[in-house]
Amino acid sequence: MPKSKSAYSVPTKKEKPETYIFVVWVDNEAGVLARVVGLFSGRGYNIESLAVAEVDAIKNISRITIVTTGTPQVIDQIKLQLTKLVPVHKVAEFQREDKNVIFKEMALFKVVGKRNKIEKCLNACKRFNPIILDKTKTSAVIQITALRREIDKMNKKLKPFGLISTSRTGAVAMTRGAKIFN
Amino acid sequence: MPKLFTGAEIVFKCLEDQKVEHIFGYPGGAVLPIYDELKNHPSIKHILVRHEQGAGHAAEGYARSSGKPGVVLVTSGPGATNVVTALTDAYMDSVPLVCISGQVPTHLIGTDAFQECDTTGITRPCTKHNWLVKDINDLSKVMHEAFRVATTGRPGPVLIDIPKDVQFAKTKYKKPIKEKKLNGTSHNKFSQAQIDELVKLLSKAKKPVIYSGGGVINSGPKASQALREFVDLTGFPITSTLQGLGAYPGDDGQFLGMLGMHGTYEANNAMHDCDLLINIGARFDDRITGKIDEFSPNSKKVHIDIDPSSINKIIKVDLAIVGDVTSVISKINKTITKSKNGHSKSNKSNIAKWWEQIEKWREKNSLDFVNSDESIKPQHAVQRLYELTKNKDTYVTTEVGQHQMWAAQHYKFNKPNRWMTSGGLGTMGYGLPAAVGVQIAHPEKLVIDIAGEASVLMTMQEMSTAVQYNLPIKIFILNNQYMGMVRQWQELLHEKNYSESYSEALPDFMKMAEAYGCKGIKADNPSELDYKIQEMIDYNGPVIFDCHVDPNENCFPMIPSGKPHNQMILGPNDQEDNKIKGKGKALV
Repeated sequence: MPKSKSAYSVPTKKEKPETYIFVVWVDNEAGVLARVVGLFSGRGYNIESLAVAEVDAIKNISRITIVTTGTPQVIDQIKLQLTKLVPVHKVAEFQREDKNVIFKEMALFKVVGKRNKIEKCLNACKRFNPIILDKTKTSAVIQITALRREIDKMNKKLKPFGLISTSRTGAVAMTRGAKIFN
Repeated sequence: MPKLFTGAEIVFKCLEDQKVEHIFGYPGGAVLPIYDELKNHPSIKHILVRHEQGAGHAAEGYARSSGKPGVVLVTSGPGATNVVTALTDAYMDSVPLVCISGQVPTHLIGTDAFQECDTTGITRPCTKHNWLVKDINDLSKVMHEAFRVATTGRPGPVLIDIPKDVQFAKTKYKKPIKEKKLNGTSHNKFSQAQIDELVKLLSKAKKPVIYSGGGVINSGPKASQALREFVDLTGFPITSTLQGLGAYPGDDGQFLGMLGMHGTYEANNAMHDCDLLINIGARFDDRITGKIDEFSPNSKKVHIDIDPSSINKIIKVDLAIVGDVTSVISKINKTITKSKNGHSKSNKSNIAKWWEQIEKWREKNSLDFVNSDESIKPQHAVQRLYELTKNKDTYVTTEVGQHQMWAAQHYKFNKPNRWMTSGGLGTMGYGLPAAVGVQIAHPEKLVIDIAGEASVLMTMQEMSTAVQYNLPIKIFILNNQYMGMVRQWQELLHEKNYSESYSEALPDFMKMAEAYGCKGIKADNPSELDYKIQEMIDYNGPVIFDCHVDPNENCFPMIPSGKPHNQMILGPNDQEDNKIKGKGKALV
């Protein structure tokens, strides 16, 4: 092992990080997103996707959904650090593999080409509830809802059929059954 | 119709209701309405500093020595950016500060106006919370909330940014909402079952050690009292972090001295070999743990902390107790005393062997150094300072570096809140302004800044503040002409390439003292040290003491980077031993 020339210890072996989803309920006030996102960047946590919007106009609550990766110890830290923020009311976290939680992303694909190509696109998207939002003789905007990796895949697959522009959201999440996050 | 108040008046009404007596600040364009209002509030005294960083550190010294939140008032732009170092320092060391900053008028925010900066953006990562008050109707609520956030739970700094037009605008004043007496319960999330589990661990332990930290100080003097009872009840050895010094008497037999990178041999070895480690209000900082993988490998670990995010952050523990130190320890003490078997007694015999081992480590006398009668050894200077001031209730601040570690090693603290040092952030230039704040809080007490000549030059301008307010602070400079800790690391790790760590053109501190209008004392011979220190103590006014010490002295013992606790480098007296073992050589 090379001699450490630093006043700090050398990093030790790391566990493999896994993907987790955080759902955070916050006061909908100026700067709150910056606080949450700043906590992630400041402490070196990763953000894979982010979705945020007000969900309760009367109580003035926004719901932030963040997909991140980390070892269980890091995930624990993220949760505890988020809980410490003053405008944060509640934090829930779960693993991507959790069967009791649904999570979805939405994507808009703009396809330019002849009709048969657009048909092929629609066909390819069949599994993901495709909706045509706009159509001209030479183009279409298709909306799908799916998982992240499915959208990744479609994004590649549709390129040869004339996909020229993709716009997608971050993941949003909801528990199955009558239970809610707590 | 109720009376309407301007924003500036509301600021002071809030400060009065929060029982603030002193604010540290520096005026400027965007806070002038607040400064204009100052004259109408005689119960609040403003201390004019010479740089906003000084205001922040002074407020830290004030807060840490008095237990009350420190209040800072600065202007927009450079005023706010200058205070960032102090806010970060307070954040790292959990010091309650309330910083009020002026801001350009709301309609100019975002236009790159004169002395505008994104203050809440800049201070977001270095405060517990911050507010930009754009509506005068929010001001009183935000002010009271700010004091609550700064002082509850794990304390820390907060900032309130008030645009100038809001300072002029008028509204009704709202008194703070009287919170139901919580007695700190909102932060106590522990159960009797956890306490019982801990007591069980205590009774089983054969090689226990208590490791206490700044949380004990932050929890108030009662926590130190409870800790002393706890240590007495159990008979366990106790070590302390840099920030925790004073919570337990430094000259007591059960105290092993400070632990960590420059901690004692006995404290670090006890940490490494123990079978039960009880962390009370400390956070497993990297200067404490050394190599994480080999940190205290055979122990059950217990962590008592008010901040849940401190638990399992660095070291995984077996039992976590989230709560205020005073409540937790008092509960433990009660439970121990109640238990009929009086196991505390039997436990003391359990750990007799452990104490024997500790005594063996103690015999190494790891803080020892080779004294000289030609040059003043810095350790000797701190020891003499301690001996000559220990009978007074002395408050000590420090800068950052070798002198700080020597002060921590050789000055023995017997009471909490007497030791103010920048640990987490390691801010050179902390000690002088902090001493100003301490002296404001304790006008009759002896306040000494044990300083290094490099650090003290970073905030030297605050001597002017000390002179203005007749604050008799003593700046005791261990002058070795080097940035000593940097030089030590360069010697040990960078083949003695002393890159930029020598100060070529130091000022004459005697003349500097004269220029500031305070007393200068110089010592460069061990024989004159005692009476010159006495002269400093006896002088009623601020003193700069230029103590010329051996420039080549290193701070030992020391755990080299990336090493566990049981692989320390000891001082020169012991290096022969190390050679024989071949251990020390491999490490350096």
